[in-house]
Formats: sequence, C-alpha cells, structure tokens
Amino acid sequence: MNTGVKKITAYKVLSIILLIIFAILFAFPLYWILTGALKTPAAINAASPEWFPHEFTLRNFQVLFTKRSAPLYELPIPFTKLKVVGATVPAAVRWLVNTVFMAVMAMVLTCITAAAAGYALAKKRFRGRYLIFSLIVAAMALPKQVILIPLIREISSLGLYDNIWAVIFPTVGWPFGVFLMKQFSEGIPGEMLEAARIDGASELRTFTSVVVPIIKPGIGALAIFTFINSWNDYFMQLIMLTSNANLTISLGIATMQAENSTDYGLIMAGAALASVPIIIVFLLFQKYFTQGITMGAVKG
Amino acid sequence: MANQPSMSRALARRENIAGYLFMLPSLIFFVGFVVIPMVLCVYTSFFDSNMNQNTPDVFIGFANYAELWKDPVFIKALKNTFIIVFVSVPVVCIFSLWVASAIYRMKDSIMSLFRIIFYLPVVTGSVAVTVVWKWIYNNYYGVLNYLLKGMGVIDQNINWLGDQRFALWGIIIILLTTSVGQPIVLYVSALGNVDATLVEAAEVDGASDLQSFWKIRWPLIMPTTLYILVITTINSFQCFALIQLLTSGGPNYATETVMYYIYYTAFKLYRFGYGNAMGVILAIFIGLLSAVQFRLAKET
Repeated sequence: MNTGVKKITAYKVLSIILLIIFAILFAFPLYWILTGALKTPAAINAASPEWFPHEFTLRNFQVLFTKRSAPLYELPIPFTKLKVVGATVPAAVRWLVNTVFMAVMAMVLTCITAAAAGYALAKKRFRGRYLIFSLIVAAMALPKQVILIPLIREISSLGLYDNIWAVIFPTVGWPFGVFLMKQFSEGIPGEMLEAARIDGASELRTFTSVVVPIIKPGIGALAIFTFINSWNDYFMQLIMLTSNANLTISLGIATMQAENSTDYGLIMAGAALASVPIIIVFLLFQKYFTQGITMGAVKG
Repeated sequence: MANQPSMSRALARRENIAGYLFMLPSLIFFVGFVVIPMVLCVYTSFFDSNMNQNTPDVFIGFANYAELWKDPVFIKALKNTFIIVFVSVPVVCIFSLWVASAIYRMKDSIMSLFRIIFYLPVVTGSVAVTVVWKWIYNNYYGVLNYLLKGMGVIDQNINWLGDQRFALWGIIIILLTTSVGQPIVLYVSALGNVDATLVEAAEVDGASDLQSFWKIRWPLIMPTTLYILVITTINSFQCFALIQLLTSGGPNYATETVMYYIYYTAFKLYRFGYGNAMGVILAIFIGLLSAVQFRLAKET
C-alpha cells in the first residue's frame, strides 16, 4: 500500500513537470510574437536570440502604420455609384475595422438565424425536419474548402466578390450554429410552450419571450464561438477579398509578410495586432466559449 | 404535446407553418452558400470548366477523375495528406487525453489556466501562428536551430522548411500545437462528468488507477473520443494556411497537400472542373474515414 502511494506521487510529480514544460512550449509562440513586435531590428536578427528584449521600441508599429494607407470606411450610397469615403488612415486600422465589422455581422446573423432554426428543429413538428437535420449533420462533416470553387463563382455572379459580405454570408450559412442551438433548445420544457400557446401568445411572441430567455446561455456560447472563428477564418478571407482597402487584419498581415518576408519585427507587430484583440475577447468570454465547445459535442 | 396521439389538423398546420418560418432565414444561408455550392461542386467536376464564365463548360464525364490518378502531384499530395492525418490524429487524441487527465482534478483556477494555455495557439489565429513559426524555423535567425545547436543535437543549422526531409514534419508540429486545444476542453468536461461514485466503488474493490481508467472512465468517455477523432481528422485534412504561408507545397512538393493543390489548381491554373473533382475525392475520403472511425468506436 505504502509503495503504491509513493508510485502515484512520483508519477504525479513527473506528469506535472512535463505538463509545465509543454505549457511553456505552447505559450512560447505568443510570447515570441509579443516580444518580437517590440524588439529592435538588431535584436531580431541577433545570432543568439534575446529571450527578453533589452531595449523596447515602437519602430515596428511605426513601419506597420506608415507602410500602406486606406480610407477609414467607404459607404456606397444606394441607387448611385457614389460612395461616402472616410478620412485616410493607416491600412492596418482599416483592416481592423473590416475584421471587427465582419466578425460582428457574422455573429449577429448567425445567432438570430441559428436560434430560430434550432428551436424549430427541436420543438416544431413540421414536415421534413428529419431530412433538414440530416443534411445539416452531413454538411458539418465536410471540410468547407471542398466547396470553395463553386462558392467563389456564385459570389462573383452575385456581384459580391472582393466585398466583406462575401465572407460573412458563407459563415452564416455554416450549419454548426443551428446544430448547437438545437441541442440547447431540446431542454426547453414543453409545458412552458404549451402554456404560452394557451395564453394566446403568437409564435413570434412565444419565441422572443419564452424560448430566447431559456436558451440565452447557448446564444452567448454561439456568439463568442462565431466571433472568434470568423475573425480567424483566413481561408475564406483569402479567396474572397483582394483589394488593399477590403482586406482583413489576418489577410493584411499575410500580404505584408509575402512582401517583407525578412522584416520579422514588422511581421510580429502585425501578428500582435491581429491576435491580441481576439485573445482579449477570448479571455473575457472564455467560460461561454468552453461551454459552446462542449455542448456541441455532448450529443454529437 | 408529444404524447397526444393525434394533433388537431389546425394545430398541425400551425406547427408546420411556424416551423418553416423559423427555419427560413437560416435555410436561405445554408442552402444558398453551402448546399448549392456542394451540388455544383459535384456537377462541375464532370466538366472542363475554367474561370471565364463566357465560354461554356464542356461535359467530359469522368475525365477529370481519370486524370487525377495519373497526376503525380495529386498522388504526392494525397500521400502527404494521409501522412498528416495518420500522424496527427492519434498524437492529438493521446496527448489531449493525457493533458486532460492530468489537469481535470486540479483546482479550478489552475485547471482553466492550463486549458487556456493549450488553447492559445488556436485563438491566436492561423496567420499569426504561422508567421511566428516561420521565424522560429528560420535558417539563420531561428530559435530552433540556436537551441538544438546549444544542446548539441545538431551541429549545423538546418533549413527546416526548405529541406525535403524535414519540411512536412515542421508543418505537422505546428498543426499539432493548433489542434489539441479543443480536444483538451472536451476531454476535461467529459472526465469531469464521469460519475465519481463509480470510480470510488472500483477503488474500494481494489482496482488500480490504471484499471479504473480503462474499465470505467475510458468506456464512458468513448463518445467524446469519437467526436475528437472525427473533428481532428477533418481538421488535419483541411490543413491549408500553414502550407500556403510557409512552403507553398514545396520544396519539390514535399509539403503539397490535397487542400493546397485544390487551391493551386483553382487560383493559379484556373482549372475549376479539375479542382472540383479533387474536392469530391477529398470529401469521399473524409466520409470513409469518419465511417471507419464510427465502426471501430462501436466495436470497442
């Protein structure tokens, strides 16, 4: 018995040491981005790396912000070919604006459509619901990239190519959200819906005042999940967006690294700009995020 | 509601209409940007189709598919893709199960700290992660060469991504760091849900730690393992940003994958039909592999 206890402790100590080593390795790339962004060119290209910068500089961010510029926003005036154009700002700022707009729009549209559809699939006994649900599950198992070529032709014929909506719409169409919301809606007690119906509440009213409050945690999880995924969905952005003013921050950084592949300081500054906002969002809402991941899998 | 043997006709109609109305917004996006492209993908794969929408596509039957098997680049890409999948899927599963079992009984704050660290590479985003690894792997200024030389593992700098022997493994290592985050979250929650009394009962009966793991926890977390197998497989098949940003499939096609080759065929060679045929083959392989995994999981 005694040796058994010792064995367990030895194993435990060893596994914790290994765990810490791996944790350091996993955190290192981010640490290297953040410190690299603040290092001088000499420190970046030093033969023996500076594990912690001896000297901090904003030079990399200065270069990043002066290299390219773009208008802060461009709003087309409906029914004309005119546009309202904002002040000229560093392109990286515009890319951030684009990325936030894209992620917020994808998030809002996904949450609204998926909450309604998930509720319908879980609680409404309409014809064809099994067929629709199997289609959704089948589509989830396919890699998105398989459909990229037809998608790009479709987007072009809709006149949306090189437009931020070209990235938003396919993200909203991706059925994971519906699947997730169906899982959450299964838990709505039938009696509550029944009671609302007997009280004479309309379907829409039942949805907004009975269903939505119950599935709110699910909507929160889906919102944060969609926001982060769409922020980081480099592939979709790459194939849909081309002109300088329309890029997202990830895409902009990728373009910059293709042009200045040896200026690692500059590229790290860009990488920091692309990743720090989304990491902050993740840390703030990490609880919902974890919940979303696990809920999607529980009965998956 | 569900227990009533027959709903009144009016109610059934109301359920139908409400169901469709709630589904409608979501279905527009799902059908428009997922289902239609999927159908078109299969359809176009039988045509000689290019970017120019003015020249009509020519029906060529299975010619695209026949050409695939004679295309040495495609064969190489297929081989590499399978190496990536067969290496990363088991490693991701075993590693994340190990991390999860090491941390799930820790204090909540420490457990979520580890969970966040292992999730960081996912949130950081593929572009930021990729560019920092490009620097880490760099022949002259990279940390990796510096460390390995310091430890005496290698005596000359290695151009990790430019060397046919190492490039694919360099990619796989980055892929692994960005793949374990979600499985760890899933395993932690699955292990936490295992009924503690079952484990205690077994321990009272004299079962060792290892025995109680294999006899009790392992079977109970099987659905989670299955889900992780499937998502990791799909993820590994989709490995794209790493290749596009780091090696473009080189050197000498050493890191060419099916996903990258589809992109290359469509956007550099403008052969849409041929690219779609590859997409269909990829989807079939993913479907088959998922089916095998389901079968295996059912038997154990």
